[in-house]
Amino acid sequence: MNRFTIIGQRLVAIFLIGCLLFNYPLLSIFSTNDMLWGIPILYIYAFSSWLIIIILMIIVIEMWH
Amino acid sequence: MLALSSLTARPITGKNIMAKKVLIVDDEQNIVISLEFLMQRAGYEVAIARNGEDALEVVGQFRPDLVLLDVMMPKINGFDVCQKIRDNPDLQDTKVIMLTAKGREVEVAKGMALGANSYVIKPFSTRELVAEVQRVLEEE
Amino acid sequence: MMLQGGIILLFSLAYIGFLFAIAYYSDKRSDAGRSVISNPYIYALSLAVYCTAWTFYGSVGRAASTGIGFMPIYLGPTLMVALWYLVMRKIIRISKINRITSIADFISSRYGKSSSLAGLVTIIAVVGIIPYISLQLDGVSTSFDVMWQHSELAGAIPPPGTAAILGDTSFYVALLLATFAIIFGTRHLDTTERHEGLVAAIAFESVIKLVAFLVVGVYVTFILFNGFGDIFGQAFQKPELRDLFTMKNAGTYTDWTWLMFLSMMAIMFLPRQFQMTVVENVNENHLDKASWLLPLYLLVINIFVLPIALGGLLLFPSGAVDADTFVLTIPISQGQEEVAMLAFIGGLSAATGMVIVATVSLSTMVSNELVMPLLLHFGPLRLSERRDLGGVLLTIRRCTIILVLMLGYCYFRLTGNAYTLVSIGLISFAAVAQFAPAIFGGIYWKTGNHLGAIVGLSAGFVVWTYTLFLPSLAESGYLSPSFIESGPFGITLLKPYALFGLAGLSPITHSLFWSMLVNAGGYMILSLVGQQSLMEHSQAAQFVDVYKRTQENDFRLWRSTSSVTVLRSILEQFLSRIRVDEALNDYAKKHGLDWSKDDVADAALINYAERLLAGSVGSASARVLLASAVKEEPVSMDEVMYMLDETSKVIAYSRELEIKSKELEQATSELRAANEQLKEVDRLKDDFISTVTHELRTPLTSIRAFSEILHDNPDLDVEQRSKFMAIILKENERLTRLINNVLDLSKIESGKMEWHLTAVDLKEVIEDALATLEQVIKEENIELETALAEHVSLTVTDRDRITQVMLNLLSNAIKFCDSQAGWIMVQLKEQDYTLSVAVSDNGPGIKPENQEIIFEKFRQVGDTLTEKPQGTGLGLPICRQIITYFGGDLRVNSIPGHGATFFFTLPVVSPTEAEADKEPNYASPIFANGKTNNR
Repeated sequence: MNRFTIIGQRLVAIFLIGCLLFNYPLLSIFSTNDMLWGIPILYIYAFSSWLIIIILMIIVIEMWH
Repeated sequence: MLALSSLTARPITGKNIMAKKVLIVDDEQNIVISLEFLMQRAGYEVAIARNGEDALEVVGQFRPDLVLLDVMMPKINGFDVCQKIRDNPDLQDTKVIMLTAKGREVEVAKGMALGANSYVIKPFSTRELVAEVQRVLEEE
Repeated sequence: MMLQGGIILLFSLAYIGFLFAIAYYSDKRSDAGRSVISNPYIYALSLAVYCTAWTFYGSVGRAASTGIGFMPIYLGPTLMVALWYLVMRKIIRISKINRITSIADFISSRYGKSSSLAGLVTIIAVVGIIPYISLQLDGVSTSFDVMWQHSELAGAIPPPGTAAILGDTSFYVALLLATFAIIFGTRHLDTTERHEGLVAAIAFESVIKLVAFLVVGVYVTFILFNGFGDIFGQAFQKPELRDLFTMKNAGTYTDWTWLMFLSMMAIMFLPRQFQMTVVENVNENHLDKASWLLPLYLLVINIFVLPIALGGLLLFPSGAVDADTFVLTIPISQGQEEVAMLAFIGGLSAATGMVIVATVSLSTMVSNELVMPLLLHFGPLRLSERRDLGGVLLTIRRCTIILVLMLGYCYFRLTGNAYTLVSIGLISFAAVAQFAPAIFGGIYWKTGNHLGAIVGLSAGFVVWTYTLFLPSLAESGYLSPSFIESGPFGITLLKPYALFGLAGLSPITHSLFWSMLVNAGGYMILSLVGQQSLMEHSQAAQFVDVYKRTQENDFRLWRSTSSVTVLRSILEQFLSRIRVDEALNDYAKKHGLDWSKDDVADAALINYAERLLAGSVGSASARVLLASAVKEEPVSMDEVMYMLDETSKVIAYSRELEIKSKELEQATSELRAANEQLKEVDRLKDDFISTVTHELRTPLTSIRAFSEILHDNPDLDVEQRSKFMAIILKENERLTRLINNVLDLSKIESGKMEWHLTAVDLKEVIEDALATLEQVIKEENIELETALAEHVSLTVTDRDRITQVMLNLLSNAIKFCDSQAGWIMVQLKEQDYTLSVAVSDNGPGIKPENQEIIFEKFRQVGDTLTEKPQGTGLGLPICRQIITYFGGDLRVNSIPGHGATFFFTLPVVSPTEAEADKEPNYASPIFANGKTNNR
């Protein structure tokens, strides 16, 4: 049950981080017409945050297998 | 390892013919010597028994007025002797003072219940012992 | 020309045929016990049924108008899946234990297996999903039309839903999809309601739609355009497209957040998601990998949404082409027929996947939770007495599938193209979000009750209907538009998009807020004020505490007995005879029963049958069915109390408790024994103390008496005086000896004795001891004989202590030997690395029964009235302790009348040790301090 709760807690933390990243006000910071490598900075922010969340989940979940 | 030495009780003649008779029962030789000395000094006729068996034998012949009875003796202990004395109708007037150890209230109570007249705690004060013997003997 | 109507249809049918082959193959594999779907990858792909025509066509459409406004629908699930480890795992566990067949079954089961609740959930699910089904019909038929009339491009396509029904592509699409769904989903009736073939086909479809979308994306981004930078750069040049780079068109942040919440609920509670995630789950542990595979899938399939949307907007600047069709129209417009065909198949995959799974799960719900209970309650049909109800069940399901698709088609016809794909889908999302309070409350909050769930769901559903469903119809002209603009009967407070004056939110957010408020609020308030029935209470405990329980300890909900024959006949109405035999035999084997002898079905067996049946017809129906056949005994008051008092826990731990109590019993008896031992030790200690005090008192009494005599009688003659003085001195010695002995003994026994270890030559010790006593022996006229070995090995010991032992034994011999012709003999031998010393005398000897007693404390045997020094009763016990400490043995041999021989042994040290011991400072560790403690 120990393993169960600690992974659970880490995943809840990821959930909370995600909620923070994908909401006002962080989102509004990137709501500009700036481009990075020819790509709108908002798109870069949204997709890279998304990827980070997934990578964090992989780390937490697969670390135990 | 040693068989009991059957040292028979020997009456010791006192100065006064009318003197009261005291039987000393104890298995410790030195205590017996001291008690014998004290009783003789107090003017009593003294007999000695070194154990319970001897005591029961001597008490019939000697007819003491008072028995100084040690509780802790091998084989027949003080309580049994006291009981036997009280059971014998001939010995109804015989007084008994138990010599017992301190902190053994149960023994005191038991002795008194068995008909002892008084008790003296070892190690005793010689003056108190003599006084107690006199007091008991003067009782009716 | 490749894209002719016939070819498109042929392709579609071939693809569907291929899917069917996959399903057939994996069903066969499953029957053979080698499941193809039993791995986390297939599981994750099957969960990607979340991506439908909405994703495939609609996301691009939404991105074309809102930029990243399409994303919350995928970010929500990504985040929600992170919580699955806790939440979904629990739901799956509960569902497996209770053989849950659908989300309606799950909710009704939690709230006391209520038929009414199951029916309500089913109705909400069906009505709520209708817009979603219509979305798929819209997507697929539009794609058909686009492909069909590609040469004229989308601009010439007649708006969907305007053609006559028989000339309407979407009608045929609906029929086609219904056929697929029936073929895939209702081929046979399973006890667990799992469909391996279906799952395999759906997983395959997930691969196809992903590949198709990526191909289109790569084509648009890298072939049509020059990479991401090129598309975004060109779009940046156009001011009207520049806003898509920001949050400007993506809706308010409030809407954004609510959309994320909405999609979080959808990924869990859409009937098809529940079907795939929970009902079709093979192994709970697949959830782990799927928890990151699914978000990864969602991310990958969305990478090219923005490039395709912006590319489409750049290619068709006029706005003549519906952005929802960009995935098809872009390749078609460039003459890329193969890419277009692949995209079409991808879109078909996305749509058929959703429709098949959704209708299968809805048909299960409708038949199990709505139709069956009604038929069973409807007496005249005497349905419960018919055999082979399985066939009836299948028919009901097939009809349901057709019905649901037709309802979807009707909705599609009614709403026309008033909405984009995405906004239609969101209406369905908002409907299924209504399940959230009842389910989350159900698995984490035991107090949540049936009434609360009914009222909450109903209220939420009513608000949803009023604020989303009805307006969607009104916008298409079937209700007066004034209903939306000024409220019913002109009551502005009741305007469906601004209820009670709440304006400024998007319709979805607005509806979600009000419906969740009344739903969760109603659920909580009524749960807090209301009460639970017995059944509900036990189910609540079972759901919430699912991890604390195992199936074996399942709570007995049946307070009754029945006959096995009756149970068998009920089961055979729904399950094949073979399956029933198999199940009953399994049970018999597990519980050691023999059906030929045991015909009494106890509560546990009825419970088992109920779960078996629930797998086919749902828990509410199963209960009704069995209740008709089983006469329940009245529940006694005792049992009510028993059940109410967190029964499930009690039973779950009862076995454990039983073991514990046995252990406890054993521990108790051990404790009791230990206590007895302690008491005995205590008693011995008391005896010892009283003995010691008596032994001390005796010399003290003499000393005091003679001291007082000497003091009070100065007239004593010299002889008497010196005699008394001698007694005092002698008793003094005795007292000292006694005190020393007692101290020695207590030190040895408590391990506090300090031992001074050296290598000792026993011969020397014996000679020393004899020398000490030489005078006494001479005085007593005792004959001393010695037989000491010339050279003996050394022994490691405490020289003083061994000397003490020697002196003690010799003193005893002197004391007890024949008083006339005393004789003592001392021997020392070495043999087998052992030194032995014997001291014999010619005294009276010791009776056999006393030969051990003399080694006990204060157990002197014999006469003390000799003139010899008084024994303390501790000498021999101390000697034995010392010898034992050094690894030796002290005993006595004696025949009464023929003297006694005390002898002891000591071990010899090895030569090297002995060598080392001769050094002044000991190198060997045990002599490091020159002494050790007795430990």
